[in-house]
Order: sequence, then C-alpha cells, then structure tokens
Amino acid sequence: MIGIEHYVAVSSILFVLGVLGIFLNRKNVIVLLMAIELILLAVNINLVAFSAFLHDLTGQIFAMFVLTVAAGEAAVGLAILVIYFRGRGTIAVDDVNRMKG
Amino acid sequence: MIQIIAFYLFAALTIASAVATIFSRNPVHSVLFLILAFFNAAGLMVLVGAEFIAMLLIIVYVGAVAVLFLFVVMMLDIDFAELRAGFVKNFPLGLLVAAVLVAELLVGLGVLKSGAMTLGTPDGTAAIPVGASNIEAIGALMYGRYLFLFEAAGLILLVAMIGAIVLTHRQRTDTRGQNISKQIARRPDEATVNVKPEVGKGVQL
Repeated sequence: MIGIEHYVAVSSILFVLGVLGIFLNRKNVIVLLMAIELILLAVNINLVAFSAFLHDLTGQIFAMFVLTVAAGEAAVGLAILVIYFRGRGTIAVDDVNRMKG
Repeated sequence: MIQIIAFYLFAALTIASAVATIFSRNPVHSVLFLILAFFNAAGLMVLVGAEFIAMLLIIVYVGAVAVLFLFVVMMLDIDFAELRAGFVKNFPLGLLVAAVLVAELLVGLGVLKSGAMTLGTPDGTAAIPVGASNIEAIGALMYGRYLFLFEAAGLILLVAMIGAIVLTHRQRTDTRGQNISKQIARRPDEATVNVKPEVGKGVQL
C-alpha cells in the first residue's frame, strides 16, 4: 500500500532536482526560476501528503499559501528579468552585480 | 491495486519531467516539461484526496505561471547557447550538493522508518470532518480560523501585482498615444472652421 514514505520520497527527489537545477543553470535566470518552482512544488506535495495521512487540513491550507507566494514570486521575478533584459540585452546573471550604484 | 499503479505512474512522470525541465537545452521545452510535472503532481494530490489543492495547482501553475514563463521566454530574444556555457563546469559541484542532500534525506527517512522518531499527532482542531467534501472543509477552515492569513495572502498578491506593473511600465516617447483629456476637452466650434474660399483659390488650413 502507498504510505507517507512514498510521498516523502517523491518530494525529496523533486526537491533535490530543483537544487541541482539551480546549480546547473547558474547563468540562465529563467531556468533558475523554474527550478525554484520545482522546489516549491516538492514542498507542496509534502504538505498535502502529510495533511492527508495525518487527517489534518492545515497542511492543505498552507500548501495554498505556498502557492500564493510562488505565483507572486514568479510574477515579480519575471518582471525584474524583463527590465534587466531591456537595459542590457542579455539575461546572464554573472554580471548582475553591476546593478549596484 | 489501481491506486498503486496510478501513484507510480504519476510519481515517475513527475520526476522524469522535472529532470527534463532542468536538462533540456531549449527553455521552451523546459517550461512545457514543468507544466507536465505540475499536472502529474496534481494527480498525486488527487490520489490522497486533496482535490482542491490539485485543481488550484493546475489553475495557478498551468493557467498563469507557466503561461507567464512561456510569454517571457518567447518575448525576449536570448542567445540560450551562450547561457549554457557554465553547464559542464558546474556539474560536479551541483552533483555533490545533490548527493549530500539525498544522503541527508535518506538518513531522515531511515530514522523515521526505524521507529526512533514518530510523526506528531494533530490536535484535532483542523481534522477532516466526516461527510464534508474537501472543498467544504477547506473553505470552513480558511474563512474561519485562517481568515487573517487568507487576507494576508491576498495582500501579498496585490503587492506582487503592483510591483510587477511598476517594474515593467515605461513611458514611451516614440509612439503617439491617445490623449483622452485633450480629446474630451475639444469643442465643436474650435474643431471646425467655416470658410468661404474664392473660386479657383486653395484653402489655407
């Protein structure tokens, strides 16, 4: 039977894949943001699985809040990306530190 | 039986598409694989009976976030080949960090399995009511106990929206936009002139 361990395993693998994606695509901000979304998805799976197996709805409510923050973060992150590209013509994050004063 | 098959199907597809998201060369493919990962994660959530969060995941992610990503990827003219330059160089470090994380998580799971640690028991204040559907139970909780958090979430979305608009909005000077107040302030007597030109002569406008 499928237990909580199976869900925790899936979400751990997803989380690690997200972290790996951040390390591998250090230059490409778009894929970086997608890797962050993968990490948040792993957290959501964890919250929902624990909520279901412990018969407590709080986890599902908090999964919704995580979803809210993820949506806001994607919107603001992509907006920053767009203005960064407008001023520079590339999205390589290696020289982002030139943005300071 | 069918539940077990469905779980393994969804889990394998989620993980496979997450791998493809990270490793594919074309960011458009990355976004599409991300959508697939979210769909299958929603399937996983349906399997444990959290329909509302699963549907929310599809609406919010596939309907909004993924489309936003696709829009940005396609709008910006980016040389993606150049961006992949550091991929091989960063691979060992990334693999090392991933291996350490996996080892730590495995240790955690092992401790849980061995019985040295037990999961906490909920206090029952947010227990799933018998007979009520998932949406009803979540709604009762969200508009009751978590009302202020719910409103704070709304505020976060408002701030994100304002931030995104303020960041990307720009006053363009190279286009001739509509000046609505000027249009409304126009009167017929100043817009038209009655002239009686002589025959054979032009009109000065």
